[in-house]
Amino acid sequence: MKIVVAIKQVPDTATQVKIGGDPKAIDTAGITWIVSPYDEFAIEEALRLKEKRGQGEVIAVSLGPDRVKEALRSALAMGCDRAIHLNDPAWANADTLATAQALAAVIKQEQPALVLCGRQAIDDDMGAVGAQLAEVLGWPCASWIMEEAVDADAKSVRVGRQVEGGLEVFDLPLPAVLSAQKGLNEPRYPTLKGIMGAKKKEIKDVKAGDLGLTPAAPQVAVKNLEALPARPPGRVIQGEIKDAVKELVRALREDAKAI
Amino acid sequence: MDFALTEQQEMIRKEVATLARSFSLDYWLEKDRKHEYPWDFVKAFARAGWLGAIIPEAYGGSGLGVTEAAILLHEICASGAGTSGASPIHFYVFPPMPVIKHGSERLKEKYLPKIATGEIVMSFGVTEPNVGSDTSRIQTRAVRQGDRWVVNGRKVWNTNARNATHILLLARTDERDPKKPLKNLTLFFTEFDRAKITVQEIEKLGRAAVDSNEIFIDGLEIPEENVVGEVGSGFYHILDSLNPERMLTGIEAVGIGRAALGRAVEYAKQRVVFDRPIGQNQAIAHPLAMAWAKLEAAEAMCLKAAWLFDHGQPCGAESNVAKLLGAEAGFEACDVALQTHGGYGYAKEFYVERLWREVRLYKIAPVSQQMVLNHLAEHVLGLPKSY
Ligand SMILES: Cc1cc2nc3c(=O)[nH]c(=O)nc-3n(C[C@H](O)[C@H](O)[C@H](O)COP(=O)(O)OP(=O)(O)OC[C@H]3O[C@@H](n4cnc5c(N)ncnc54)[C@H](O)[C@@H]3O)c2cc1C
Ligand SMILES: Cc1cc2nc3c(=O)[nH]c(=O)nc-3n(C[C@H](O)[C@H](O)[C@H](O)COP(=O)(O)OP(=O)(O)OC[C@H]3O[C@@H](n4cnc5c(N)ncnc54)[C@H](O)[C@@H]3O)c2cc1C
Repeated sequence: MKIVVAIKQVPDTATQVKIGGDPKAIDTAGITWIVSPYDEFAIEEALRLKEKRGQGEVIAVSLGPDRVKEALRSALAMGCDRAIHLNDPAWANADTLATAQALAAVIKQEQPALVLCGRQAIDDDMGAVGAQLAEVLGWPCASWIMEEAVDADAKSVRVGRQVEGGLEVFDLPLPAVLSAQKGLNEPRYPTLKGIMGAKKKEIKDVKAGDLGLTPAAPQVAVKNLEALPARPPGRVIQGEIKDAVKELVRALREDAKAI
Repeated sequence: MDFALTEQQEMIRKEVATLARSFSLDYWLEKDRKHEYPWDFVKAFARAGWLGAIIPEAYGGSGLGVTEAAILLHEICASGAGTSGASPIHFYVFPPMPVIKHGSERLKEKYLPKIATGEIVMSFGVTEPNVGSDTSRIQTRAVRQGDRWVVNGRKVWNTNARNATHILLLARTDERDPKKPLKNLTLFFTEFDRAKITVQEIEKLGRAAVDSNEIFIDGLEIPEENVVGEVGSGFYHILDSLNPERMLTGIEAVGIGRAALGRAVEYAKQRVVFDRPIGQNQAIAHPLAMAWAKLEAAEAMCLKAAWLFDHGQPCGAESNVAKLLGAEAGFEACDVALQTHGGYGYAKEFYVERLWREVRLYKIAPVSQQMVLNHLAEHVLGLPKSY
């Protein structure tokens, strides 16, 4: 069974994001880049599927600049067999649709039985690429999955999707696109042998032209980024407890309109 | 000259940092308080294959150098795990080294694969209560009886003995020759036979999670085939442990310093006294900046020493200097970090006090600062020996 995992490289969760000199982008100086955590669930699930079936191939695909190679190497260190890097300045301003179109083009070439991705990337939190990708491919899609079971002859997959208070269970014919929710699995740490082996695995560079694509102008563009306004300082209410409580209730009701 | 880490080394750095940081500062505080060996941590590193880092590939390891081991231990320490996390792991790096370099094929086949998986837990028995830094006078005695050696004696500060399955042991096999005082010692790698070795733990300032002990050896039998290298040349073989041990402990101290410094810098940005963050005062900022500068310099020295070792070049002086500067810089960083925290530095819940207690060790062990300076004065500067 051939599985493609679409991953995105994002700033480390601990990064204190600052707006850059160009107010349309963040300042990337000093940022540590990681594979988006939901994508790690997707990688892990793909690897487990391959291991369970005793055969198959897992291919990690990512769109982004040169630095994205590092994320692909991490995926290879975890156990993916090879990687494809969609790396072209033409995609510099790609929105989710352009990204989905590029991924779809490469997936059409690879013809996997299954595509896995994270439920959203933790940088922009758009959560759109998985669904758009399925739409472009014309494949069924299930988002935020908590469990999956591919049938013996890889013709369909049963998934459990997280909904309020329970799981919604679907059967999807393959090929299909699934997006991973936290709880699907516990991603492995790359082993030292995996890290050393990653060096020898292929990362194929692909340009828009190689896929016969000319990325269209993005439908969604960032106009401007603004920092959150500084939080106003708290207020300490002085005085006797009895009066202070009255004042607190009044302030909550009239000033803050919270109650 | 090239100071850049390779792509693979960079990846090792990042992945070790991620794995080590999955164990919280509270995990380590708890291990310290409860005096518990960090088995979960060691097993996580075993599962991911890190214990076999320097074991050759032919014996189930990854065949990496001391440089990669240095990156590994630095990141473990910098995660906040400190010596509590580094010690159990570093035993998989320097005690096996003489076995790798001088052990017989049989010894290597028998033990190295089990070291790589973590099945073997080691201790390292050199220091003795009555002779201290003067290894040439160790008294633990091994006597040949037929095809085995029988050992009697005492070792002190034997770390890991409570859990060890094996010991790398240095013992006297012939009288001390004042002309060649370091000859006539022999190195053994053998089972830690609890019927013949009694272990008595030492309560200590820091790193309560990882035990250090006095051990009493009474009639321990060691098969001839468990001699590492040549009989009588044990001290020279163990130098292949001691030099890596020095550069690695040096960089451990640097890592601990970085963990403490990182916390102190965050604290200095946030703690407001006299209407300003304390980090705005040069009395706070400059010592932090100086600590960072010294950590950088010490780390560079450690990596240089590791590079020399990995390239088969002499590295005695550099290994010693790595340990010397690493211990100084690491301690200074922890001390400045503690001071920056004011009264809270003294409180356990701010984490820095544990690092401060742990990092103090490196000025004493594995070799004291004074003995390093003795070495440099005599062997590098050519000054007369003072003792
Ligand atoms: C927590 C811990 C773990 C350890 N783990 C191990 C282990 O696993 N295996 C092992 O074999 N050992 C271990 N050691 C022992 C360590 O290597 C020794 O403590 C160290 O080498 C110093 O020896 P000593 O304690 O006997 O001090 P001593 O040799 O008694 O020295 C005492 C003091 O005198 C100074 N001094 C001695 N001679 C001179 C001189 N000629 N000139 C100037 N100053 C001098 C020393 O620098 C030191 O400050 C450990 C120690 C500790 C504290
Ligand atoms: C074990 C212990 C017992 C104690 N017992 C008592 C007690 O019984 N009663 C009591 O009232 N208090 C007690 N204290 C509190 C102690 O007096 C304070 O911890 C101490 O005064 C420092 O204040 P702080 O901890 O708030 O540090 P902070 O004022 O937050 O200072 C943090 C750091 O910033 C530095 N700093 C702050 N401002 C400046 C500046 N302008 N320029 C340069 N550096 C600056 C400080 O020197 C310090 O290094 C105790 C503390 C401890 C640890």
